[in-house]
Amino acid sequence: MSGVGSGYDLSVTTFSPEGRVFQTEYAGKATDNGVPCVGVCCKDGAILAVEKPEETKMMLPNSNRRIFTVSRHCGMAVPGKLPDGRQIVSRAQQEAENYKRFYGETIPTKVLTDRLANFCHVFSLYWHLRPLGSAALTASFDDDGPHVYLSETNGVSYRYYGIAVGKGRQGIKTELERMKLDQMTCKEALKAVCKCLIKQRDDSSNKKFEIELAWISEETGREFVRVPADLAKECEAAAKKEIEQEEDDDSDMEG
Amino acid sequence: MIPHCQLPSHIATGPHVSPFVSHNEAGAPYGDHRSEDVHVPANPASVPFAVAPSTDKGEVAMGEPRKHTTTPYVTGNSVLAIKYKDGVLMACDMLGAYGSTKRYKSVQRIIRVNDTTIVGASGEISDFQYISNLLEELMTQDFCYDDGCTMTPSEIHAYLCRVMYNRRNKMDPLWNSLVVAGVDKNGKEGNKSFIGSVGMLGTSYTDSHVATSFGNYLSRPLFREFQRDDMSLEEAVSLMQEALRVLFYRDKTSINKFVLAKVDGEGVAISKPFALDTKWDFKAFMNPSKHAVGSW
Repeated sequence: MSGVGSGYDLSVTTFSPEGRVFQTEYAGKATDNGVPCVGVCCKDGAILAVEKPEETKMMLPNSNRRIFTVSRHCGMAVPGKLPDGRQIVSRAQQEAENYKRFYGETIPTKVLTDRLANFCHVFSLYWHLRPLGSAALTASFDDDGPHVYLSETNGVSYRYYGIAVGKGRQGIKTELERMKLDQMTCKEALKAVCKCLIKQRDDSSNKKFEIELAWISEETGREFVRVPADLAKECEAAAKKEIEQEEDDDSDMEG
Repeated sequence: MIPHCQLPSHIATGPHVSPFVSHNEAGAPYGDHRSEDVHVPANPASVPFAVAPSTDKGEVAMGEPRKHTTTPYVTGNSVLAIKYKDGVLMACDMLGAYGSTKRYKSVQRIIRVNDTTIVGASGEISDFQYISNLLEELMTQDFCYDDGCTMTPSEIHAYLCRVMYNRRNKMDPLWNSLVVAGVDKNGKEGNKSFIGSVGMLGTSYTDSHVATSFGNYLSRPLFREFQRDDMSLEEAVSLMQEALRVLFYRDKTSINKFVLAKVDGEGVAISKPFALDTKWDFKAFMNPSKHAVGSW
């Protein structure tokens, strides 16, 4: 117990003298240090992408999925702690089903993400609960077009043109800001998103990785589905190639 | 009053004030408004699809079993289904009858459940709408699993059996006879057709041809004679049309507006409504009383 503010980070029910709740901030860090996730909203749909490191060589490809389907028109990527993320997803599925049963219509994305934010918020109110170490990156397509929302563990949820969370998010965000997302189709954006993800990777770690891609657009019949494996591979390869090309150009100029 | 011309008591005066209803004078706290004859249909001949007399049957009297759905209101009639070479055919008319009134004439009673399954229903339309919602929820869950496989017709049939049987055990049956038909693409020996039936009480069976309600008596004899699992689509369609025509001639709660649905390896196709050619100008119809001399 030394230094200013120390001792105030033991519970979500205690504010520090500066008015901060350290535990929720720590929980946010679980997301920040997790795998990088990107969500972008394009002209005709929305894309979610997650880059997952290969944990061990013995793991089957496509295991430990981080992109889930919530309802026909809506899907979710969960950065951070995966088990916590699955809780959010299963809650989202329940909310979507309940809304449909009660009102006979699909749940508007705003309502869904607000409810999820509330769900997360509840975990930062009681001393006997631990805040969730995950967020919910939601992509959907409803009557007024495609949406991307991020509901965070501290209970806020905002709508974005494009957003990145997890490791290397700053770099990706800068890349996203340069893109003209509202003029791109999903198919065009797919490669660009792969490129962002690969670019921000730490070159020193030669760990293998896998990019999980899912989208919802007019082309998929407004249903949230995984990007077909061959198309995903194609985009990844094209993105890698472009990055190499750029690097070559750079070194040429230097030389 | 001439005895056999008496109207049923509840039509004459309503159930509560009817002189024919014996009230429980002893003043029992529950059930004194529930007369003995409340659940006896007005006309025994019309038992299956009679519109219920107005009674307070929703309330539960002490010591009596719950009685929720004791009579259906808006009903659909026969659903027919047969297997053919590449898959299955299902057909029914589009009537939603209110008692014997032909009240709604564009009721779609065959729904597409997924790419390989259709379900048709006779009986209470609102209950079928509820079942449709259940199936839609089920399919959304299936979609969310995102595991690359969808439910097969036999799985959906099994699910509906459980739903129907569960509701009958709650003494609150869904008043339908359902037909589940489709193609199972997961089989080792290629596509496999499936037709199954589920009754109101959860009774179920599978067969090469199935019919509900009147169709059991009027269409299945035709199917038994002419249906083969290896018949062509054209043969199957004309057999189905013949069966529908017979049904339309004989069944008073049917209309000449049908839909035909098909499931094969390609997927589900449900036709637009169509009518069949009928012939009514038989000589015997010219003077109806000639051959049926009545008592008055």
